[in-house]
Amino acid sequence: MEIILFAILLSAGAGFFAYNAWKVRYNILLGQDIDRSDKKGERIKTMVLVAFGQKKMFSRPIPALLHLALYVAFVITQIELIEIAIDGLSGHHRFFYFKLGGFYSFMISFIEILSVLAFVATLAFLIRRNLLKLPRFTMKELIGWPTKDANIILIAEVVLICCIFSMNGADEVLYSRGGSHVEFAKGHYDFAISSWMGPLLFQNFSIDALHVIERIGWWGHILMVFAFLNYLPYSKHFHILLAFPNTFYSNLEQKGKFTNMESVTNEVKLMLDPNADPYAAPANPDEAPKRFGAKDVTDLTWKNLLDAYTCTECGRCSSSCPANVTGKLLSPRKIMMDTRDRLVEVGENYRKHGKGYDDGKSLIGDYITEEELWACTSCNACVQECPVNIDPLSIIVDLRRYLVMEESKIPSELTGMLTNIENNGAPWQFAQSERLNWANED
Amino acid sequence: MRVPTMAEKMANGESPDILFWVGCAGSFDDRAKKITKAIVKILNKCQVDFAVLGTEESCSGDPAKRAGNEFTFQMQAMMNIEVMNAYEVKKIVTACPHCFNTLKNEYPELGGNYEVIHHTQLIQDLINTGKLILEGGETFKGKKITFHDPCYLGRANDVYEAPRSLIEKLDAELVEMKRCKTKGLCCGAGGAQMFKEAEKGNKEINVERTEDALETQAEIIATGCPFCNTMMTDGVKNFEKEGDVKVMDVAELIAHAADL
Ligand code: HEM
Ligand code: SF4
Ligand code: SF4
Repeated sequence: MEIILFAILLSAGAGFFAYNAWKVRYNILLGQDIDRSDKKGERIKTMVLVAFGQKKMFSRPIPALLHLALYVAFVITQIELIEIAIDGLSGHHRFFYFKLGGFYSFMISFIEILSVLAFVATLAFLIRRNLLKLPRFTMKELIGWPTKDANIILIAEVVLICCIFSMNGADEVLYSRGGSHVEFAKGHYDFAISSWMGPLLFQNFSIDALHVIERIGWWGHILMVFAFLNYLPYSKHFHILLAFPNTFYSNLEQKGKFTNMESVTNEVKLMLDPNADPYAAPANPDEAPKRFGAKDVTDLTWKNLLDAYTCTECGRCSSSCPANVTGKLLSPRKIMMDTRDRLVEVGENYRKHGKGYDDGKSLIGDYITEEELWACTSCNACVQECPVNIDPLSIIVDLRRYLVMEESKIPSELTGMLTNIENNGAPWQFAQSERLNWANED
Repeated sequence: MRVPTMAEKMANGESPDILFWVGCAGSFDDRAKKITKAIVKILNKCQVDFAVLGTEESCSGDPAKRAGNEFTFQMQAMMNIEVMNAYEVKKIVTACPHCFNTLKNEYPELGGNYEVIHHTQLIQDLINTGKLILEGGETFKGKKITFHDPCYLGRANDVYEAPRSLIEKLDAELVEMKRCKTKGLCCGAGGAQMFKEAEKGNKEINVERTEDALETQAEIIATGCPFCNTMMTDGVKNFEKEGDVKVMDVAELIAHAADL
């Protein structure tokens, strides 16, 4: 009976996740093409260092260590999860116990110690958000759902860890009384934490009650995992999976290099070349004319969109952004959150009303204002700081390109600057013929 | 001061080792012109075989590109590339991190392939190879100097050590700001901000950055960018500290130390 129930839950959990993952993939692929298939070796190295190795997290050591505890605990706990799946489907109890012997106790002890560290870290994360109110967690883009999202994850984490310990603790006591399913003899698992915490908490319970507690822990754990998995696509917690592909597909160029717009190159060549035939057929007649820059999420690249889903909303970018720290509207984290929210909306629209459906809204205007975009100094601090190699600047630049080249919406001083460059080859009104005057002045 | 142009060199059938890209600020801004001259003095002193484009130089296009106008950028870039390719330029030194970044990273895809270095890298090389000796001039021994990392030199191109090594060569005490190197705070000029008013906020970025610099108690704020220089100079004025704290380009410090 339990086996059937488990099998149903497992397939429902996995199936629903697969459906959600497909939707996310669909959304991300709405983005424009960009080639990130080169330099595999360097990409793998980046992923190993930045995602697996958490390299960039350590520019802020305290949160990095707390997070490391959570991260390692999560990864190692997967071993226990495999056992739970096997037990659940086969009706065994602690399938690996007899297979692995003493190593099993060592392994579970290791998981338990990490879980305690993770528990402490989770509490610390809750405290820094809700009691210490660190500035980067209280900016206005986090008001409402994002803050709730963060707390839901952290509380779920606490519940999960409690489940692990009630499962192991109750089982320890059962085993010592000869009531464990693992073997109806008396014995000890010798798990590092629950071998003493179990008796401490559950000494006075009857064997029947202990069986119930053990089952609650077991089912609670696995149910939480299924719930978690399916919550990911709606949450900033999606980073636990996407951090890996996102760092793999990082921009490996120098940060100062902005993309070259080839569509512009062709037109400029025509303008500069007196022999060019302006009526010549375009090189790629099948290609629909694209707009310059980005007005909406579908004009951004798929990597920009993957970035948006990967964002942990940690705010390291915004807390190092010169515009943000001096009180301007711009917050690179908000740029990423807006991009994601808009993408989810566009994706839903396309699936409901057909691909290309226009709801009359766009990323610029309805989500991100011009004032935000013009406050950016292109300093790359946000790109440098992001622990999962997100590039908010490239979105900002593409949105600016749209404003300037498609809509001619640009601060008037900049219009002057551009006119000067076009007329006299300098951003100020000095003649090009005077460019060498400095050499003769003293 | 000898400032040969590419055209003159070409007329004499010579092709110089390196092109000195002066940039718009270096050509027209009164403060930046002093930096340009300091660099030329160093080049002259070390008998570097260089030339400038002079009136054939035009804006690199950086502010246009950062402002989102790719057309104006590419027009500028292609005109400059045509001129430089005609002179068969191989190596370029720039006095401005924005030109440095654009020429180095954004010109290749438009047909301009050059080895591009920043002036602090060139000067470091001149000192390391013994061509430039720092003696006879102003002494900076023991003076506190802090270095403000230009975004387009530091984060954008990972050049952090060259300017610092020069300050250390001065025997000065290099004091770092709390935000430095990869974490350096922008002066507020990049991304075409230099040419417009800042958006509404509660503080100017250059004031925030100048606070970092003043906190170090340094007597000199060194920079490697004409725009940072302007921003930091304005910031120091804002605190009415211009009597106590000077804002200088690393090239100027070196030129002073070498009595040029
Ligand atoms: C695979 C298992 C992982 C787990 C279980 C995990 C768990 C968590 C949790 C619970 C938080 C929330 C902290 C809070 O909201 O206060 C968080 C935040 C974060 N995670 Fe992860 N994470 C994992 C993987 C990763 C990876 C691979 C990276 C890549 C470097 C990463 C980067 C981050 C960042 C940057 C934050 C924001 C932290 C901050 O506030 O400074 N995580 N993670
Ligand atoms: S690049 Fe723009 S958004 Fe990013 S930190 Fe600098 S000013 Fe802020
Ligand atoms: S973009 Fe990066 S640094 Fe900014 S909030 Fe998202 S994960 Fe954090």
